[in-house]
Amino acid sequence: MRRSSPILRRLLSGAAAGSSAGARRSITYMPRPGDGTPRPVTLIPGDGIGPLVTGAVRQVMEAMHAPVYFETYEVHGDMTTVPPEVIESIRRNKVCLKGGLATPVGGGVSSLNVQLRKELDLYASLVHCFNLPGLPTRHENVDIVVIRENTEGEYSGLEHEVVPGVVESLKVITKFCSERIAKYAFEYAYLNNRKKVTAVHKANIMKLADGLFLESCREVATKYPGIKYNEIIVDNCCMQLVSKPEQFDVMVTPNLYGNLVANTAAGIAGGTGVMPGGNVGQDHAVFEQGASAGNVGNEKLVEQKKANPVALLLSSSMMLRHLQFPSFADRLETAVKRVIAEGKYRTKDLGGSSTTQEVVDAVIANLD
Amino acid sequence: MMRRSSPTFRCLLRGATSGSSCEARRSVTYMPRPGDGSPRQVTLIPGDGIGPLVTGAVRQVMEAMHAPVFFETYEVHGDMTTVPTEVIESIRRNKVCLKGGLATPVGGGVSSLNVQLRKELDLYASLVHCFNLPGLPTRHENVDIVVIRENTEGEYSGLEHEVVPGVVESLKVMTKFCSERIAKYAFEYAYLNNRKKVTAVHKANIMKLADGLFLESCREVATKYPGIKYNEIIVDNCCMQLVSKPEQFDVMVTPNLYGNLVANTAAGIAGGTGVMPGGNVGQDHAVFEQGASAGNVGNEKLVEQKKANPVALLLSSSMMLRHLQFPSFADRLETAVKRVIAEGKYRTKDLGGSSMTEEVVDAVIANLD
Repeated sequence: MRRSSPILRRLLSGAAAGSSAGARRSITYMPRPGDGTPRPVTLIPGDGIGPLVTGAVRQVMEAMHAPVYFETYEVHGDMTTVPPEVIESIRRNKVCLKGGLATPVGGGVSSLNVQLRKELDLYASLVHCFNLPGLPTRHENVDIVVIRENTEGEYSGLEHEVVPGVVESLKVITKFCSERIAKYAFEYAYLNNRKKVTAVHKANIMKLADGLFLESCREVATKYPGIKYNEIIVDNCCMQLVSKPEQFDVMVTPNLYGNLVANTAAGIAGGTGVMPGGNVGQDHAVFEQGASAGNVGNEKLVEQKKANPVALLLSSSMMLRHLQFPSFADRLETAVKRVIAEGKYRTKDLGGSSTTQEVVDAVIANLD
Repeated sequence: MMRRSSPTFRCLLRGATSGSSCEARRSVTYMPRPGDGSPRQVTLIPGDGIGPLVTGAVRQVMEAMHAPVFFETYEVHGDMTTVPTEVIESIRRNKVCLKGGLATPVGGGVSSLNVQLRKELDLYASLVHCFNLPGLPTRHENVDIVVIRENTEGEYSGLEHEVVPGVVESLKVMTKFCSERIAKYAFEYAYLNNRKKVTAVHKANIMKLADGLFLESCREVATKYPGIKYNEIIVDNCCMQLVSKPEQFDVMVTPNLYGNLVANTAAGIAGGTGVMPGGNVGQDHAVFEQGASAGNVGNEKLVEQKKANPVALLLSSSMMLRHLQFPSFADRLETAVKRVIAEGKYRTKDLGGSSMTEEVVDAVIANLD
């Protein structure tokens, strides 16, 4: 517990500290002896654009000589379960970086992404959506962190066909999970100097389920009198996101709403190709692209090797902070933001036509 | 009932798209049947919050147009336990209703009267037409999306229980019957309104059985309309696409909860919930209200200062006039409203202006032919 607080603190400060694009941090980090020992990190390339963008991260890490080495495991979306050696590896290393795993629609295998999160009890999913300097979007002043409950709610996976043609799907909300996600959200806000936490819900319709979620949020809010707390119904939230996104700061949501809100927020701030994020639990952390809109890229993107590596690069920067290598994290983030701000090397989703490799080379060239 | 309702539906459906030609006057003369001019009775529910203000606006405009419509008003408020029986009776009799929003208390207590009304009258399809109004600048261009949302089941079944203290289960029920009829409605709408594409919104990679059933029904119905393109999109990707490339969407058919969120997002990108028309329709009845209300009935300040936006309800009442087979009146009303928006002099706060409801109404009346 004691050891995880500074780790968590770094993880959390990572998401906010990256907002200064060109400014160099003038602080010298005083390490403890042995802090430079290379750390092993589990790497899951995944499906679709996954191998491409994780390869990009690898290249940049090598170029920086970061004290990180990867233990790679092949996992694909059509496997029945995540192989036990992969789970073992993550339990051992405590940190994992992964590309997306494709989830087949309809009958068949359940989502491996969800399995992984439940297995390791990564109960908080964090997506930081913000306007990147130099990247024009329709919405200005976006700086939203969506903290989404990752293990229960609509994703319980409990469905059954009552009679032919009638299906019931269970949405389970528990006080335990609602409380811990609320605690995480307020703690995040507290540690990152955030001013407001907004709970997203639909308790006017789902009175018991979302009502329980709201109760938990309200209880935790009383313990943080310095942080403003308000609630917003999810449909109004979607509408406000697209009209006045500057009103939102930190948002805490149950599972399904969090998915939609995170993807909407990612979309307004520049797209899912650039937003960093991760999943964190008491003991482990898995970093991946913040919001993936439920897909792993289309085939053309993979063939032409034009996937956007920025999101995963920024997420791996969050990972470096989590591993207590803040100086490397700063270098990586600064380089990535410089490349975006310059605008010469941008992939298709940002309006350019570069390939992944070109962006990676530009980032490496921009490293201090 | 069936034969008569087809032209009724056609008019209802046509209403949503023909309003896109702002300035062009329709040169078609409508040939009525004798007796078509008899005044029709419509149930009116002012509702809560800004409801009385905006329904009052509709009333004024109807009078100014001398529309053959007269209203039977009933007071219903969100804190009542159920919708009063005489109101339901009235709607069953008149077949058409215009309403303001009913406030739904958050958390324990009364269940939503809006939802009750829709289930009671089996208004299984909710339709919201989100489009860029000419002259109203927004961040997104080329938006013309119709969201057709299943209105009676799904996450809104209202079946929740506390298994043990601290653990709540909420049932989402999907049936083939409801999924099929909403899919049929969506394709029929697209067919009758010359729409090119229907997109089904789902999350069947996670909720495989529930949303899988919905998708099956959509696919089956799609085979019967080979001229209309059909595709599917996962709801989180859909939200992201809506805010980055909304021009790719045409008609969207969704289950209950996703429809709520998608409709409000689409309304938000195209100009806000203050201007989007919509309605709820079932086999026998139709209830017209503001298209997307973002789950609220306006804040107190808006009500006190009388600055609510009446445009959404005016456009919805224009859809209602088409439904009642008064297309000429519908055209006049829509043209007047769109002229007022395009001129830009009288706009309420949500559109960037500072006018009061009354000023907008007067401007609309002044612009009537």
